[in-house]
Amino acid sequence: MLITCPYCGPRDVSEYTYQGDGNRTRPDPASTDQEVWNAYVYDRLNPAGEHHEIWQHSGGCRAHLAVTRNTLTHVVSSVSFARDAGHKKSDSRRKTGAKA
Amino acid sequence: MAEYSAFSLLKNALTGNQDWKPAWRKPDPKPAYDVIIIGGGGHGLSTAYYLAKEFGITNVAVLEKGYLGSGNVGRNTTAVRSNYLLPENVRFYEHSMKLWENLSHELNYNVMFSQRGCLNLAHTPGQLDDYARRGNAMRHEGVDAELMTPAQIAKLVPGLDVSASARFPIIGGLMQWRAGTARHDAVAWGYARGADRRGVDILENCEVTGFIKDGDRVVGVNTTRGEIRAGKVAVAVAGHTGHVMRMAGIDTMPIESHVLQAFVSESLKPFLHTVLTFGMGHFYASQSDKGGLVYGGDLDGYNSYAQRGNLPIVEEVMSEMLALFPSLARVRVLRSWGGVCDMSMDGSPIITTGPLPGMYLNCGWCYGGFKATPASGWCFAHTIARDEPHEFNAPFTLDRFHRGTIIDDKGQGSTPRLH
Repeated sequence: MLITCPYCGPRDVSEYTYQGDGNRTRPDPASTDQEVWNAYVYDRLNPAGEHHEIWQHSGGCRAHLAVTRNTLTHVVSSVSFARDAGHKKSDSRRKTGAKA
Repeated sequence: MAEYSAFSLLKNALTGNQDWKPAWRKPDPKPAYDVIIIGGGGHGLSTAYYLAKEFGITNVAVLEKGYLGSGNVGRNTTAVRSNYLLPENVRFYEHSMKLWENLSHELNYNVMFSQRGCLNLAHTPGQLDDYARRGNAMRHEGVDAELMTPAQIAKLVPGLDVSASARFPIIGGLMQWRAGTARHDAVAWGYARGADRRGVDILENCEVTGFIKDGDRVVGVNTTRGEIRAGKVAVAVAGHTGHVMRMAGIDTMPIESHVLQAFVSESLKPFLHTVLTFGMGHFYASQSDKGGLVYGGDLDGYNSYAQRGNLPIVEEVMSEMLALFPSLARVRVLRSWGGVCDMSMDGSPIITTGPLPGMYLNCGWCYGGFKATPASGWCFAHTIARDEPHEFNAPFTLDRFHRGTIIDDKGQGSTPRLH
């Protein structure tokens, strides 16, 4: 499985770290709405087909990427920088090097 | 008289083996049943069996989209154990273990349950302490557990690198002697035959394409073999839970589907007499009766419904195997395959009524589905028949995530691929 990094070109999946579902937006940290937080932490679309997800090119340029990949065929149909795709990083306050 | 016995073998031998019945019929779907079970894997079949046997509910259909046992019940690495930490899990899996111990007699079908033990190797003092804690938690619940020394392990598992110069020296291990392996296909076939003989219809090549609802209530399913209605519709589809639930109008679940690969080597003379796990990575192996090593490791680590994986994990699993057994370097891999695991958010299963009226849900098995097959069906049948969970599956609710009562045996939090 290859993912084509916009900086580095096509690289093997083992260079990347999976950051999970890209459809999730972290609620406002000031929010105390339990249902919103629960949905963010626990609920997943988990589609059989096209899936929007975040990968980090951790073994390369370290960029966070928004990837569209088919979960039935593993075909990657689009890759862009996560920030351009309007995806927030899953947690902008996470310590450097901490696992997703 | 039991269907399979020394007497029936003799009788059928004398008549040229012409009179054996197929293990299950191939009926046409009836328009309606009391209970429909979606998913003809281990859990669906055992649910049907216990519904018929324990609760007398025999007007049941099991719907399987492919052929019987083509999913995860035929794709696992056959290990059976109950070595968990948290009491909810220990009680449930120990109940399963007790059912396993009598399963061949119960089903009159040899499931080849072999209690060869399961040994978790420890490589650091912290890990050994953790295993001691787990062993004590197991014993507290009445489950057998024993801490083993490197000398005992070296004697039990010849060929294991127990030297101090090993990349990850082995300093001990946790053994559950009552754990072991079972013949996965026989489990499916045995439950299928037991359910079929009691009147359950097993409908193969019958894929569910939608749910029939009366308002909020689920009253049946549309399938590739027509419309089937039922008072109760139970879902036991493992990795496919997400998109089956979406057909019913439930868009999100606390589950991700991930592919888990497994491998079998060429046949070797018997040398691995237990189920073995490597503590420094994620690797587990046993030796089948045919002599092949059956082994696996981590998930591929990204959402997948493909019943196949990628090469980085293959390399990782092989290298972990060689860290334990350098002597296996030249052994050839016979084949590999993948199964779709329903990884839940806390690593524990869901066996519950709902989430819609008329519906029952059994999912979230992560890696642990095969060993749970008897208890999962037993508890699910109870839940369907009585409309309430048994005490063994009462903790495994769907709303536990939103209520904050998660059962996180590994303490990994809501990252399903780490459970």
